[in-house]
Amino acid sequence: MKRVFPILVVLVSAFLGYAAYQALVVAPTEQTMGNVQRIFYYHVSSAWTAFLLFTINFVASVIYLIRRNPAADAVALVSAEVGVVFCTVVLVTGPLWARPVWGIWWTWDVRLTSTLVLWLIYLSYLMLRRFSTSSQTPVLAAALAVFGALDVPLVYFSIWIFRTQHPQPVIGAGGSIDPRMMHVLLINWLAFLCLAALLCWARYHLERMRREIEETEALEALLEPRGSR
Amino acid sequence: MKFLYAAYISTWIIHLSYAGILLRRYVRLKNEAAELKK
Repeated sequence: MKRVFPILVVLVSAFLGYAAYQALVVAPTEQTMGNVQRIFYYHVSSAWTAFLLFTINFVASVIYLIRRNPAADAVALVSAEVGVVFCTVVLVTGPLWARPVWGIWWTWDVRLTSTLVLWLIYLSYLMLRRFSTSSQTPVLAAALAVFGALDVPLVYFSIWIFRTQHPQPVIGAGGSIDPRMMHVLLINWLAFLCLAALLCWARYHLERMRREIEETEALEALLEPRGSR
Repeated sequence: MKFLYAAYISTWIIHLSYAGILLRRYVRLKNEAAELKK
């Protein structure tokens, strides 16, 4: 990892730089909103990446609940943490896009509210993992993750089901987007996926290190002669 | 344009802050592992 990781950091950084150039310079300017529409490339890419990470968290949590596999538990924790980071980007870039276009920073419509609830659910998941000392914490967290994942399809399909302030889907369900914009969006999503994979890999490595240290400490405490403390 | 720049800059502040948190955790765990080896 020590050798490969810095190379991957450079490669992903270069790809993200290229994606930002595509979004800010190459993509055509939208006629109604103007340049502020370019927030779309970061906002949507981050949202898709967060949804994917929360789906991975759901699958890993189900595997953990069935098999009690510690690696699945670690994957669930890592994907939730990185997913919250990307969901935070969605919640920050959304209002920055809404203010000049809608004239308001926030409205309590279904899409926006369900996204905020999704972020709060996974934040509570991370707080549970961080502060609970019970041996049952991974099981409780996995159960919470399964319920939390129910909000993901609600967020995604809310603009199909309900009348919302949020724009209608640009892909599928009759939505249309300029092919050049679509190309730039896919480049940015791929770049964010690479960033997410890199962050997950680094976080997974840290989680393994932490667990190894905890196991060694527990073993030392067991082997230590009584009364030596 | 200020909203566009604010969105892009805040995205990178969030990602770099998280990368900083991971780096700090790595340094702390590495020190803990070195302490255990002693």
